[in-house]
Amino acid sequence: MFEFHLNKESLIADTSGALIWPEKRTVVFSDLHLEKGSWFAKQNIPLPPYDTLDTLNRIENVINRFNPIRIISIGDSFHDDNWIVRIPKDQRDRILNLTNNYEWLWIEGNHDPSGALPLGGITIPYYFDAPLTFRHEAKKGSPIGEISGHYHPKARVRLSNKSFTSRCFITDKKRIILPAFGSFTGGLNVMDAAISTFFKDDFKILLLGSKVRQFPKTALIP
Amino acid sequence: MSHTFIENWFKKKGWELHDHQREMIQSATPGLSNLLIAPTGGGKTLAGFLPSIIELNAHPSDSLHTLYVSPLKALTVDVARNLLNPLADMKLSITVETRTGDTPQSRRQRQRKSPPNILLTTPESLALLISYPDSHTIFQKLQCIIIDELHALASTKRGDLLSLALTRLNRWSPTARRVGLSATIPAPNEMAAYLSKSKDSDDIKIIKAQSTKPPAIQILVGKSRLPWSGHMGLYAAPDIYEAIQSHKTSLIFVNTRAQAELLFQSLWRINDNNLSIALHHGSLSLDQRRIVENAMVKGSLRAVVATSSLDLGIDWAAVDLVVQVGAPKGASRLLQRIGRSNHRLQEPSKAILVPANRFEVLECQAALNSIYNQNLDGDRLREGGLDVLAQHIQGIACSGPFDKHDLFLEVCNASPYRNLSQADFNSIVDFACDGGYALKTYDRYRRIYLKEDGLYQIANTAIAQRYRMNVGTIVESVTLKVKMRRGRVLGEVEEYFAQGLIPGDSFIFAGRLLQFEGIRETTIEVTPGKGNIPKVPSYMGGRLPLSTNLAEGVRSLLEKPASWRTLALPVQEWLEKQNKLSTLPKCNQLLVEVFKRGKLFYLVAYCFEGRNAHQTLGMLLTRRMERFGIQPLGFVATDYAIAIWSRKQASNINDLFDEDMLGDDLENWMAESTILKRTFKDVAVIAGLIDRRLPGHKKTGRQVTFSSDLIYDVLRKHDPNHILLRATRIDAARGFTDIHRLGKLLRRITTNINIKFLEKVSPLAVPILLEIGKESVRGSGLEALLDDAEESLISEGMGI
Repeated sequence: MFEFHLNKESLIADTSGALIWPEKRTVVFSDLHLEKGSWFAKQNIPLPPYDTLDTLNRIENVINRFNPIRIISIGDSFHDDNWIVRIPKDQRDRILNLTNNYEWLWIEGNHDPSGALPLGGITIPYYFDAPLTFRHEAKKGSPIGEISGHYHPKARVRLSNKSFTSRCFITDKKRIILPAFGSFTGGLNVMDAAISTFFKDDFKILLLGSKVRQFPKTALIP
Repeated sequence: MSHTFIENWFKKKGWELHDHQREMIQSATPGLSNLLIAPTGGGKTLAGFLPSIIELNAHPSDSLHTLYVSPLKALTVDVARNLLNPLADMKLSITVETRTGDTPQSRRQRQRKSPPNILLTTPESLALLISYPDSHTIFQKLQCIIIDELHALASTKRGDLLSLALTRLNRWSPTARRVGLSATIPAPNEMAAYLSKSKDSDDIKIIKAQSTKPPAIQILVGKSRLPWSGHMGLYAAPDIYEAIQSHKTSLIFVNTRAQAELLFQSLWRINDNNLSIALHHGSLSLDQRRIVENAMVKGSLRAVVATSSLDLGIDWAAVDLVVQVGAPKGASRLLQRIGRSNHRLQEPSKAILVPANRFEVLECQAALNSIYNQNLDGDRLREGGLDVLAQHIQGIACSGPFDKHDLFLEVCNASPYRNLSQADFNSIVDFACDGGYALKTYDRYRRIYLKEDGLYQIANTAIAQRYRMNVGTIVESVTLKVKMRRGRVLGEVEEYFAQGLIPGDSFIFAGRLLQFEGIRETTIEVTPGKGNIPKVPSYMGGRLPLSTNLAEGVRSLLEKPASWRTLALPVQEWLEKQNKLSTLPKCNQLLVEVFKRGKLFYLVAYCFEGRNAHQTLGMLLTRRMERFGIQPLGFVATDYAIAIWSRKQASNINDLFDEDMLGDDLENWMAESTILKRTFKDVAVIAGLIDRRLPGHKKTGRQVTFSSDLIYDVLRKHDPNHILLRATRIDAARGFTDIHRLGKLLRRITTNINIKFLEKVSPLAVPILLEIGKESVRGSGLEALLDDAEESLISEGMGI
């Protein structure tokens, strides 16, 4: 757990990759990519069918630890728009159970533009709860306090004669991009122009390991 | 069948048939296979082809008669050339063609319709060739299958793949003979077992070429001070240079690419006479390598510094000296390298061994002894990989519907799979069908499905295409091209090395000092380098561990002071001091030295089981010491010994080395270590779970890729008995971890540990203590390093 501030709000970056907004008892997940395994299986690449199961286990674990009242999944919650025909029934029921018990917001992502309509919760393009904005993809020129995902940031930290790579949050005074939470989701290095373009001047990353550690841009390698 | 035309041609050339060549001709009978064992360059390859040439001369045909399989693409080209010339000379109209990954698509298609009489190919291309629905028609009249460099293939995954393809060929052309060509090897019976169609190898006749004169090998210890540690051997560059000067053409073998680069630089630094010295290793661009090879053939080079990239293949008559710099690691390997000199003349090969440190002097001497006593080492045959089997089953499915039981019986004919259980086979078929997971949710997405008639069939043609894109068992790490800015491509380096570079860094590559400018797509741009301390690309898997056989040799050398007389003086003094101040390791005993240095306690164990086994031992011992409260801080492993340092003194050493560490400790460590993840990736690629990552593939913001590590983690958590995880554990146990060897050590030394408590470091321990600091921290230590890094940065001020 790592406490920091964005637009004067106190937030917590959790080792799991979830973001906590304690004052609003809100937990934020990004890029769950549920049913990614079965999507590949359909293309005749039989990745293990356990990713949704695994991701749900970890979601429930975070929820149990922080006891929130509201969950925001900020897009690409499902790997594609046709997941409903592939997800096993018991796992579908677990999601329904979650959306019934919590105030659940699905933000639309590029992978799942129609969200999770059949499974409860509310599906919306973006969400504003002053002073923070939640959306899937960071937007240039958006107001201070933007929380987004989409890019699956990871970082490499230089150590004496080797390096350590892991998923991470990336943030500056204006915005934060969350790491992907899904079990089968890889990452993009934060030094890649696609991500760094949103952080003009300086940024820090919150690196996931046995705990969350912060590093400045200067400690990173591409 | 008459072979007088061959005899006549030999006579015309002024040559004579070797005995083994004649014997190969005489013993060529349908149904009977031959294993020919001959040193490099003994006319071995031609001997393999002679019976086919005679048969094709007597009965000309327009179908495929002989299939030749070699481990190297380059070798097929070379062999084609060496066959076509004599054939033209003898005015024979026998067609010879190669078929490898380099063969144009149009020719490959034509070859399937009208094949040549003799087709030269590689195991991978053969696997592809048998995966077409009409494949069997090509092989209908096949009479002979020749496998070259059998010793280099037999105990590898490529050998597994080849053995499976052979069983399929046997179904189509059961009378075809098999011919194995092998360099001198320790256990010919094992090679025969690999080649054979039957369990007891009764169809194999082994033919041995008369041994040539024993090689003249000399151990050279450089004139400057013999180093205590290190593996590069650069100290001896002036002596090596002298040797080059006094010979016509020298082949200088080293053990790693990094060593090749550094030695090449050192030689040029003192190359006052401007001798033409070249560099050859697997990372250089193909063009560069071809230039060197051609210059070598023409005899215009005085020396080539090379890695194992020149171990196999092309013949160079002109080489009159082979130099091995650094320890040979195995006697068979050394002998094969030495065989690359002088092999067309009836003179002995000449070789110089240059040990890079004191222990390597012992190792070189042990290798020399075992060559003269003809006590060679080599890979034992191993059980075939389950991942390779999965790939083969997919290939079979691509060629047409199959019956499961029928295929099981066929596969069991391949020697590496003779002990395959029906249960494992079934699991692999299930995997090939839909992933074979305990959770049955993928029934709808089968790649291969069971039809109503009881046969298994491939679901669609896209699957066959994907199979053909991914065939093969060599999983290469992703590499980036190294290109001069506005200039040519010099070669390739592994991605992880490139990622560690910062613009402005300089490094040595392709024999020159380069400055890193930046990465552009899949190319790293460089300019000529200046000043700076250069980095040297290091490569995975460059260093082989010390062979069991040589390890025994070193142990018995150490035990008998009488045998030291041949060793260099500084080494003799070193061993005598050790005998006085501590003691010498004995053959059936483990010597453990314990001493204090500064504030830390050191434990040095002289196991002589090779680096891989020692690494594993280090991991397990430190875990155990942690539990015993000895507070270990780190360890370092070499081929000869392991050193562990700790805050407290280890007292219960017999318990530490108890064999039961191979139980839970091993299980726990394996589960956490990155070794399994690395192994899983290879297994998953070979088995066809994930695609090869092709060079040029770049991740985008869209993130459609997935990482094998993530799959591994999830699979281990939710389906721990999955067949690919089992295949991974089997591979890891014999690969990086060498658990088998470690187990043998622990059993050998039970109750036979000689513990010496010393006042200070012993002479024998000096080399390994010098290695400390060169090795990096791993495991939980990495997280501790992260803490340090974070703290030091925080104290510098974060700025945000």
